[in-house]
This record gives sequence, C-alpha cells and structure tokens, in this order.
Amino acid sequence: MDPTPTDWNGQIMQKRIARRYAAERRFKAMGFLAVALSTVFLAFLLFTMLGQGLRGFQRTEIAVDFDFPALTAGATAAAISGPNADAALNSMDIPGIVELAIGQQYGDISEGLLTAGAAGNVRQMLMDNPSLVTSKQQLWLPVDSRLDVAFKRSGEPEAEKTVAALAQKDALRTGFNWTFLTGADATDPSAVGIWAAFKGSLMTMAITLMLAFPVGVLAALYLEEYAPKNRLTDMIEVSINNLAAVPSIIFGLLGLAVFLTLFGMPRSSALVGGLTLALMTMPVIVIAGRNAVKSVPPSIREAALGIGASPVQVVFHHVLPLALPGILTGTIIGMARALGETAPLLMIGMRAFIPAAPEGFTDATTALPVQIYLWSDEVNQGFVEKTSAAIIVLLIFLLGMNALAIYLRNRFETRW
Amino acid sequence: MTGTALLFLVLGLGLIGWISGRARAATFVRSAKSGPRGTVNSLPYYHGWFVAICAIAPALAFMFVWQSISPSLVTNMVLSAPAAADLPQEGFARAAILSEARAIAQGFQTAAFQGGSEKLVPLYKNALSYYKWIGVAATLLLLFAGGAFAFTRIKPDFRARSKVERVVMFGLLVASLIAILTTLGIFASLIFESWRFFSMVSPFEFLFGTEWNPKSTVTPGADNGYGAIPLFWGTIFIGAIIAMIVAIPLGLMSAIFLTQYASATVRKWMKPILEILAGVPTVVYGYFAALTVAPAVRDFAVMLGVSNAASDNALAAGIVMGVMIIPLVSSMSDDSIAAVPSAMRDGSLAMGATKSETIKQVLLPAALPGVVGGILLAVSRAIGETMIVVMAAGYTANLTANPFATITTVTVQIVALLTGDQDFGSPHTLAAFALGLALFVTTFFLNYVALRVVKKYREAYE
Repeated sequence: MDPTPTDWNGQIMQKRIARRYAAERRFKAMGFLAVALSTVFLAFLLFTMLGQGLRGFQRTEIAVDFDFPALTAGATAAAISGPNADAALNSMDIPGIVELAIGQQYGDISEGLLTAGAAGNVRQMLMDNPSLVTSKQQLWLPVDSRLDVAFKRSGEPEAEKTVAALAQKDALRTGFNWTFLTGADATDPSAVGIWAAFKGSLMTMAITLMLAFPVGVLAALYLEEYAPKNRLTDMIEVSINNLAAVPSIIFGLLGLAVFLTLFGMPRSSALVGGLTLALMTMPVIVIAGRNAVKSVPPSIREAALGIGASPVQVVFHHVLPLALPGILTGTIIGMARALGETAPLLMIGMRAFIPAAPEGFTDATTALPVQIYLWSDEVNQGFVEKTSAAIIVLLIFLLGMNALAIYLRNRFETRW
Repeated sequence: MTGTALLFLVLGLGLIGWISGRARAATFVRSAKSGPRGTVNSLPYYHGWFVAICAIAPALAFMFVWQSISPSLVTNMVLSAPAAADLPQEGFARAAILSEARAIAQGFQTAAFQGGSEKLVPLYKNALSYYKWIGVAATLLLLFAGGAFAFTRIKPDFRARSKVERVVMFGLLVASLIAILTTLGIFASLIFESWRFFSMVSPFEFLFGTEWNPKSTVTPGADNGYGAIPLFWGTIFIGAIIAMIVAIPLGLMSAIFLTQYASATVRKWMKPILEILAGVPTVVYGYFAALTVAPAVRDFAVMLGVSNAASDNALAAGIVMGVMIIPLVSSMSDDSIAAVPSAMRDGSLAMGATKSETIKQVLLPAALPGVVGGILLAVSRAIGETMIVVMAAGYTANLTANPFATITTVTVQIVALLTGDQDFGSPHTLAAFALGLALFVTTFFLNYVALRVVKKYREAYE
C-alpha cells in the first residue's frame, strides 16, 4: 500500500473535485430543464388555445338599414306583440325582408354577406322590441363565416376584397358572439354554439354520478370494512385495480356490445354515455374511497363499538362521515376525467350531427369533448377558432373541478 | 302513467311506509318507557326502514322484470290479432312495419311511411295500455302486500335492526360485485365478438399478416387484408418508443429535480402544474398535436431534407403523447425514490459523494424496480390512448420505422372500423372487437406485471 496520504490540495485532486462539481451542476441543470420543458409545453398549449379561441367568442357584425314601414307594408307594434306574436312574425317572411334590405343597401356585393341564422336574429330583435317595426332602423347582423375569418385575420382573397370595401364604409364591427354560448351544432361556423353539447355533457355526467358514486362508495366501504379474506374478495380487488387501468376505448366497446346491441338502448343517448362512463369512473371512486376510509383511525371504530354500536352503525354513523371529504375529492377528480373523455363516447355513436339540444336522457345527443373532435375535423377555416373556444370552455370547467377538489382536500382534510 | 311517474309513486309510497313503520314503533317505545316490563329491541327508524324495504324492493324488482318482458308480450298480442295476418312474412320488412307502428302508438313518430303500419297503430295502442295497466296494478299490489306484511311484523321485540343491516350488507356486497361483472362483461363481449370474427378470418392471418386493408366482405381461406402486424408495430412505435423517449427522461428528471433539488416553494408550485398536464383531456392534446405540432414537425423534416414527410406523421403524435405521460412517469418515480430508506442516501452523502453521484449510484439503482413498474404502466397508458393518435396520426397502415411517415395504431383502426353505419355483424365491426381484445390482453398483462414488480419492491424495503 502506498503510505502517502491523499493530497487534497494537490492539482490532480483539485481538478477531479472541480470535475465532480461540474457534473453535479450539469445534472441539476438537466433536472431543471426537464421541469422547465414540461411547463413551457403546457404554457405553449394553453396560449395557443387562448390565442385562437378568444376570437371564437367574437363575431363580426354588419350594419343593415331596415326601412321597416316600407318593407313590412306598415306592420304595427301591436300586431307583433302579445299572444299572437309568433304567428304574426311567421307571416311576415322575415328572410325575404332581410334579403331585400341588404340588397337595397349593398347592391351587387350583398350576395352571401350574412350568416344563415341572420333572419332568426332579426326575428328575435323584433320579438324583444316590437316598436322597432314602426320606423327606420339600423341593425347589426352577424356576417358569413368567410367574411368573419377575413375580417379577424386573413381569409380568401375574394372575401378580403369584400371586407376591405365594407370596412371603408365603416359597416363592420366586432361584437360578442352570444350564439356560441346558446346555440347548437350547425354547418356554418358563424352559427354554431356549444350549449347543446354542454347540456349533453351535463346530462351524461348526471347519469354517471348517480350510478358511479353510490356504487363506488358502497364497494369501498365493503372492501375496506367488512370483506372477509377469501378468494371472492381477491377477485374483486384484482378486477377493480385492473378496470382502473383498462384503456377507455375498451369501455366504449363494452357499451357498444352490451348496452346498444344486447339491451337495445337508444344509440348516442346521454343514458348509454352515462352508463359507459359510470363503469369507467367507478373504479377511480372505489380506489379513492378506500384510501379515505383507511385513513380513519381505528380508535374511532373501537370507541363506537365499545359503547354498543353495531358494525353497520359504526361505519355509517362514524367512519363514512369522517371519510366523506376524501371520497368527494376522489369523486370530483374521477368526474373531471369522465367529462374530458371522448373515445368511449365515439364508440357508442355520439358522433352524429345533432343540431338541437337534447330534451331527455334517451334523445340522441353529443358531448363537449366529442363536439371538439367533430369540429376539429371540419375543413372550413371558421371552425378552427370555434374548436379552440370550445376547448377553453372545457378546460375552464375541468380546472374549476380540480380546483374544487384541491380546496375540499385542504379545507376538510383531517390529520389524525 | 309513465315509468318515471310509477317509479316516483313507488318511492313515495315507500316513504309513507317508512313514516308509518317508524310511528308505530315509536308508540312501543313510549309504552315501554311507561309500562311495567320489557324494552324495544330496535330504534323506531329501523322499523321504518324495514317496512319501506319490504314494500319497495319487490315492487322495483317486478318493475325491472316487467320492463324487459312486456315488449314481447305486446308484440305477441298484436300479432295474434286478425289484422296482423296479412303482414309480410319476410323478417326485415315485417320488423320495420311493427317498429314503426309501435313508435306511432307511443307518440315518438307522427306519420307512417311503411305501408300497412297505420292500421296496426290502434292495435298497438290497445296492447300497450293493456299491459301497462297490468304492470302498474301488479307493482302496486306487490308494494302494498310487502308493506302490509312488514307492518304486521312490527312488535316491541321484533329484531328490525338485524334484518335491515342484513339488507345493507347485501347491498354492499352487490355494489362490489359490479366490478367483477364489468370485467366479465368486457371479457365476454370481446371474446364472443372476436370468436365470430375469427370464424370468418383466420387468426393466423390476423396475427401474422402484414397487409392491413380490411375488405368488407371476406372469403374464407383467401387474403382479406386483415393482417394486424402493421397496426401492432405502429402502436409500439408511437406509444412505446417515441412517447417513451420523450416521457422517461423528462418524467424521471422532473421527479429527481422536484424531490432532491427544488426548494419547498418551487415544489409547491411545480407539482400542481405537472398535475394539470395530466388533467388536460386527450382530445385537447390531439387537437394541439394535429394543428400545431404536426405541421412544425413536417417543416422540420423538410428542412432536414426528408422529402416525403407526411402532415399526419408519427413523430408529432408520439411527442405529444409523451408529454401527456410525463406526470405519470414522474409521480411513479417520485414514489419509488421516496421509498428508498434514507439511511442508504445518508450513508452515501456521508462518504463524500455529491448529490448527483448519490442519486445516480445509490438512489436510482435501489429504486429501479419501482421506476420500471411505473414505466410499464406508462406504456400501457400510451398504447391504449386513442384521441391523440386518432386526430394526429394517420389512417394508413404502414410498416416503417420512419418517424416522419404516416403510421396507424390499433386504437385508430378501432375507431375507423366502427365509424359509419355498418351492420353490427359485418367483419369490419367484428375486427374492431378482435383488435380490442388484443389491446385488452396486452394492457392487462402490462398492468399485472407492473403492479407485481412495484409491490415486490415495496416489500423488499419494508
């Protein structure tokens, strides 16, 4: 053995230490880079959606002069108000009036200026304010999608030319697109709305919650509190752990084969969608529920048993209320996942064009993420911003649900 | 009376049963307190629940059974009428007329399009109302019989609590059995439909064929374009190779940085941000991949001199999928590193090793089984992922390792095969189930191995 001690101040040793510290710094920088890259990707994704989507909440409107007394041959405000307003408005041929008015004002470029739903907008304005009909009015109406795209950014050269001509007359302005929040799917991107898809999502979620929450909670209580150690219990545990990791599209295949084909339930309805998503969400709730039940200390159970409560009373009077915040947190997270789920809903036929909001649980409907998918497939340029706008709405809801779950966890979490 | 109204009536009557049972038991409690002897076995509300359960449970069970058998009873009654004798015997036309007449009778449809259906409408109306009232009467009869039976059983020494608790325990057991039922349902439906598929197309062609170009009519023995090798390859290439090249370094390094280097404040803010990445719906990732990442990747490929770069290339889908998986890899690595006993780490640091040397030479080797288990789970998530590949990857099967080419995956083809109005028995639809079976078996196997590895590793340090 070499008897000389290590010379820590020697040049070789100093070099080696410097090299090791440099490696340390490099490693730390790599770790930082990994976190930073993930964050940058998320920020880039959100900003892209925000940048495109905010335009989707706006629409371009054009000024149209209506000489109502001349156009309607002297209709009075009284005629289109009151109980017979509907019939009176229907007999007025509003689409014809709109066409006439815009033709008079814009002449040869008037063809295809307005969106398909413009006559409906005029009708609604007259319904809200019948006195409009007695005088000359200037109304702002939404323009066709091609012009909308051309006015907001750059569109087809033809549309650009029209927009430039109109802008010179000061005839265009940007307004808030209420139709987007209240309407349904349409073929014209300037007339689409997300209300129908949103209502479909809400109804689907209602079914999912009604089925998955009670079943999930009861199963969690059984497995954690009562289940004897036997083969059946093992099988239940294996099934639940496995179901939680099965790809969602498989649940869609199950829904198609069992609910639609075997039971003959109505295709693309909120009922079948909710059932399918409930099967998918239930294991998530069971796993979260079991962790919440497990964290209730045994002393609570023993105290309740000690003063004469039966096992069922112990669980339902003491354990369940204490575990409920944890169970609710898990449920909200599971529901948020179900709300953003698309693939199983495609499998059960929720990809049809549905131009109206569903009325009941068995009506054909669509859901918000499916609507996003369907719009993303459209060729028309006007759909790009609508897709992003729908994504913003979906993300706001998901972030809200997750924030609620985090708040619940922090507010009610008990450390024993 | 509709089904919903009947359901509410049954539940309302059950509530009345609950109130009356409880009230009757309450009189026992009062007399037991003032009387000379004896106590009441159960609290009054248990008696209430006993009456309510005895009343509602048989009625609901009957409603459920009736719901499924009454349609065929109605059809039989309509067919036995003389007006139904001149219906066409051929199955499809006959079924169309019958279902239309039924829809009109129920008010779902207003006008008749099939010849001969409108004269069946009154028959259907009659039969429907006849069986509906039988159902309502029988339901209510069962409800009152059950309630009355329970009500007469209520006595001071009646053990209502143990009876109710037995029902509760039964309910708990049934709720847990739903998980098994679902698993069995998935298995049964996938295997049953796949078996039908393999009776048309040979399993050999499906598993080992290299040409995927499914024909809608199949001829036994010939090559029908159902060779799934390109799909399996595409799934592995996108989900297990490209996505993992992105997710493993980023996820692992994020976990190391956040647990070993970052200050508490940074950790408090960065962890939720990574969780947001996991909470973004896959349809949003898919849209982002198709709209932003894929064109960028194609431009990059063109810059590199790859001339045949597709706009729906595999690389874009894989990268975005990898980003989606980062939080999963990160949290699994986090757990495994945290499970390594701190004595090992402290010993290494005390010997003069730097932090990174400790991590690379002590923590990671010790945590390796847990990390590998996490990666297997991540792979299983990635190959089952649907929306990103449906929106960003292509539909053309392609057996190539070129990341700039169009490659399709199993999940994309399942969606593609089930799109459109195809007959449920067609080979296209059934092939989707065969692909689903392959996917299910693979992910099941991966999850099983991963959970076993993680569990074994945990036990080693406990």
